[in-house]
Amino acid sequence: MAAIRCTNLVKRYADVVAVAGLDLTVDAGECFGLLGPNGAGKTTTIEILEGLTPPDAGDVAVLGVRWGGSGAADRALRERLGVQLQETQLADKLTVEETVRLFRSFYRNSHTVDQVLALVELEEKRGAWVGKLSGGQKQRLAVACALVSRPELLFLDEPTTGLDPQSRRQLWEVVLRFRGAGGTVLLTTHYMEEAERLCDRVAIMDHGKVIALGTPTELIASLGAEHVVEFALANGAGHAPLPEELAALPGVQAVRPAPDRTALTVTAVHRAVPALLALLERRGAELSMLATHHATLEDVFVSLTGRQLRDA
Amino acid sequence: MRDHPLVQLTLARMREFYREPEAIFWVFGFPLVLAFALGIAFRNRGPGELKVAVLRTPGDSAIAVALDRSPALVAAVLDSAEARAQLRTGRIALLVVPGEPIVYRYDSTRTESRLARLEADEVLQRARGRPDVASVRDERVVEPGSRYIDFLIPGLLGMNLMGSGLWGVGFSVVQARTKKLLKRFMATPMRRSHYLTSFVLSRLLFLFLEIAALVGFGWLMFRVGVRGSLGSLALVTVLGALSFAGLGMLVASRARTIEAVSGLMNLVMLPMWILSGTFFSYARFPDAVQPFVKALPLTALNDALRAVMIDGTGLLRLGAPLAIVAGWGAVSFVVALKIFRWR
Repeated sequence: MAAIRCTNLVKRYADVVAVAGLDLTVDAGECFGLLGPNGAGKTTTIEILEGLTPPDAGDVAVLGVRWGGSGAADRALRERLGVQLQETQLADKLTVEETVRLFRSFYRNSHTVDQVLALVELEEKRGAWVGKLSGGQKQRLAVACALVSRPELLFLDEPTTGLDPQSRRQLWEVVLRFRGAGGTVLLTTHYMEEAERLCDRVAIMDHGKVIALGTPTELIASLGAEHVVEFALANGAGHAPLPEELAALPGVQAVRPAPDRTALTVTAVHRAVPALLALLERRGAELSMLATHHATLEDVFVSLTGRQLRDA
Repeated sequence: MRDHPLVQLTLARMREFYREPEAIFWVFGFPLVLAFALGIAFRNRGPGELKVAVLRTPGDSAIAVALDRSPALVAAVLDSAEARAQLRTGRIALLVVPGEPIVYRYDSTRTESRLARLEADEVLQRARGRPDVASVRDERVVEPGSRYIDFLIPGLLGMNLMGSGLWGVGFSVVQARTKKLLKRFMATPMRRSHYLTSFVLSRLLFLFLEIAALVGFGWLMFRVGVRGSLGSLALVTVLGALSFAGLGMLVASRARTIEAVSGLMNLVMLPMWILSGTFFSYARFPDAVQPFVKALPLTALNDALRAVMIDGTGLLRLGAPLAIVAGWGAVSFVVALKIFRWR
């Protein structure tokens, strides 16, 4: 059975369509990522699935149950979910333990305070006030409050936004352990690295729609090449090669010109780069930057929308 | 039991409150400071000695000596300009201009001035030989219950119940809403009624400390007693606290920002601070506004508190004010539940 199934989901606010006909299926036991820039409709989507926002149209079933049946049915469903919201600020003047104990009291079947603090490795902060925690610790506490219900399905909305790399990796470990123990995860992120590291499948969202869906490997493979070569010219005007010339170079699959740099998707770096250098030599162009990397979900997003994920 | 959501929510409420030193001061310290300052400033010492002046003209010293002999008056001889200035600024209550006739110059709207005029006239008429025709005797009464502080303490209690009810509930609710904590709770199976009830419970628990502090202080400092039963006092204050918790819930039911809710609170509380007879009797307001003033919850609560504390009235005879207090609370609570913004 699918953990989440939604079809033709629509949500409009006064002047924007936040979700524009979205279909999604998340299988039990997988970690599913909604990847997209700010304003793509990720948070609206996840809050509809969490039963916090009613959709204008469409059908949603979470763990086989539809929201709004009855108060008791909704509460029974909430017993099975764990939720972390993007903007929640937990009370500053309560301790970590008091906060977890408070959330724990809402559920019939829950972890003990010790168990859940161990899950997120916050044992030694047990007696500290929430207001005194670091950003990463606060975020792990938020996840602890989501995990305390022993959820079958865990919703995480941008769980690592604004965290330093070490805190981010600590949180990834928590998610991976939960998923390893058989839990289902739906998370939103605008970090492609996070999606590649955590997610079994990824839906790339833009303007309230899914524009690509698959495993990270499949999505990257859809570019037709595994590498990206980027270069910029010191004397671009008059010396820059034409896109057609670049596309004709050996091993080049696609050309994406941008104002500050040009990106080539290539199958074989060792053939494309010498050819590129020779072409630039002939045109009298002088390089100011040359870089290559393995293709990422970021490149998938750029090739689909023509925009960068971060600043889209 | 300890892990019942209602217990945990109430504990969280209380912890957030008592870990906030400012809140402690405004709820417990401030009323005591106010009671102390006002109790000292208005302690019963009568009008004291009244300052009067005699204009510097021939015959001034005889009149000044005569006036000064009265225990109620202190007289000085002043030049014309000085006398006028002191009379205008209220440093003297009365200016006596010697001559035939003797002229009393004073502001007849000032109680002190009218007292000074009566006393001065009495002294001067006697000095010129007017006899007393009836024999009289004074009996002075200084009874607890009739002093300003006796009037003030129940009023402060009422004002405190209003303030802590509105702020305690309203502020926390709106804070939880702006911090998206309310929305986070909505994502759990928590019952909404548990959330709202936890405010009422924590208010009731703190209520007893508030009352004990203010009533205890009044007794220790000024011997302000409770003439009625403590049970009646407890019931009236519980009802008042519940009513204002309901009003606080209503004020906070829609507001999205702390600024918005603060404005609303002041809009609700300010008229009652002035009109509801906390610091002075609301009988001073014109008859036309009396029905409005009497319909306010704080007016009714203050009346009931004074009836219990000063007059020792039993609860059964307080039906009308208690019904007003309960009515405000019940209507506010029901409306608040209907329009409450849960996210």
